[in-house]
Amino acid sequence: MADAYVVGVDMIKFGRFPEKSVPQLGAEAALLALDDCGLTIKDMQALYCGNLNQASGMVGQRLLQEIGQTGIPVVNVSNACATGATAFREAWMSVKADVYDIVLAVGVEQMGKGLLGGGGGSKGISKEGLLGSGTMPSVFAEAGLEHTRNHGTTFEQFAKVSVKNHHHSTMNAKAMYQIETPLEVVMNAEMISYPNTKLMCSVNVDGSAAAVIASEQKARELGLMDRAIKVRASVLTSDPWQERDLVMPDVNSCTRMASKSAYEMAGVGPEDIDLVELHDCFATAEILHYENLGLCEEGEAGRLIDDGDVELGGRIPVNVSGGLLSKGHPLGATGIANIYEVSTHLRGEAGRRQVEDAKIGLTHVIGLGSACGIHILEKAA
Amino acid sequence: MSDGPLPVVSYLKMPEGGKPYLEGHRCDVCGAVFLGERRHCSKCGARDSMSTFQLSNRGTLYSYSIVHRSFPGNDVPYISAIVDLEGGGTIKGNLIGIEADPEKISFGMPVEVIFDDALGRKDGDGNSYLSYFFKPA
Ligand SMILES: [Zn+2]
Repeated sequence: MADAYVVGVDMIKFGRFPEKSVPQLGAEAALLALDDCGLTIKDMQALYCGNLNQASGMVGQRLLQEIGQTGIPVVNVSNACATGATAFREAWMSVKADVYDIVLAVGVEQMGKGLLGGGGGSKGISKEGLLGSGTMPSVFAEAGLEHTRNHGTTFEQFAKVSVKNHHHSTMNAKAMYQIETPLEVVMNAEMISYPNTKLMCSVNVDGSAAAVIASEQKARELGLMDRAIKVRASVLTSDPWQERDLVMPDVNSCTRMASKSAYEMAGVGPEDIDLVELHDCFATAEILHYENLGLCEEGEAGRLIDDGDVELGGRIPVNVSGGLLSKGHPLGATGIANIYEVSTHLRGEAGRRQVEDAKIGLTHVIGLGSACGIHILEKAA
Repeated sequence: MSDGPLPVVSYLKMPEGGKPYLEGHRCDVCGAVFLGERRHCSKCGARDSMSTFQLSNRGTLYSYSIVHRSFPGNDVPYISAIVDLEGGGTIKGNLIGIEADPEKISFGMPVEVIFDDALGRKDGDGNSYLSYFFKPA
């Protein structure tokens, strides 16, 4: 099968835009991605649109009502925090399958403020605070402390993830925040669910990101190979059975399955990866994924953050965009925003936060329920 | 409105004249344990393979979080605990009877499952509920 390439990709600056509609937000990113490759909506043969909160709202079609109703097929995608990555992957598959030669993938989300999760069931009484907690900060606190149990990882090591990602975001104008947060500030911030303080929780923001995906032949015809990004692997997994998964969502197994498949598909190993954008929905989660993605040996994640290996300039920079912790986490947009970030480095266009000589990058998202999406990208030869 | 309290979850059983207990489902083929009614096994795919059994009231703390921000009206901080039960099954609940301080809590500590009123919570019809909690054993 011929390769498929990202030829245009972009995101809006993440923020809070209550005055805009979801399709309007998505349309902004779609136009930016089209501009990135000098094309128009009339060149697109299909649209794959990821959105969570209006999953039944035909967001993709309404997006076309904003920028051009060309009559192309639209697929609306919803897959928890893997929504954007899934929309991208569906778009990629349609090109790989030779059904279309050039398509558009969009991820968009408008978020409220406050705690996610913990609603659980309409009958009877609320179980939140009665049968433990189902809020996301607690779920990921419990997943983090499982790592503490197994490897002795400390509150301070978890907190260092936020210090790093907030620092990275000071170099990213598209991040929601550009604010340094020293270790003592992170550790002394309001405790939400130990060991996650407020500064260790991702930011609920509105946002959108989009990518134009083309077959190699189409990309060459259009003269777009110069800045094209090859999709070397695209993988999606769901959660395999685990003994505790009825009460403890397992973010590890489906990430491990996905990374193993992705490395095989790409024919590379973790040692070949120059940068990673992974799903730091909470600081605790990032630590788990160092090992899940094979960036270090089992039990070495704490050392990886202590030694600075995952900082910009380190051995394997992680979340140089600022990550979900500081760039923000508009659920349906996140997967494509990660692809934008890695593509921008592979193109050598990341400015102050550029990872030097980046040739291959990896993106990872995971949505509880569960769905894990991984992409491995490389600058076209 | 019912005469007595209702069970907080479907797998909390309240036999007439007997003590309340938690019920598990175990796959006859692969031994996987589940909470709540089900027919088929999502571990091995076996059909109509479930038998019910009484979950143990003793277990050990697997992981936890200390919840400082919760929904309005919930007392904080409290400990959200994940407990592995003796003989199989993992359940989640509030760990009470111990300070909500990571220095005081240890992984693997033995706990007991106790049954008590659901913190005074009532549903729209005024029914009260029986819940379960963990306390250090
Ligand atoms: Zn089975």
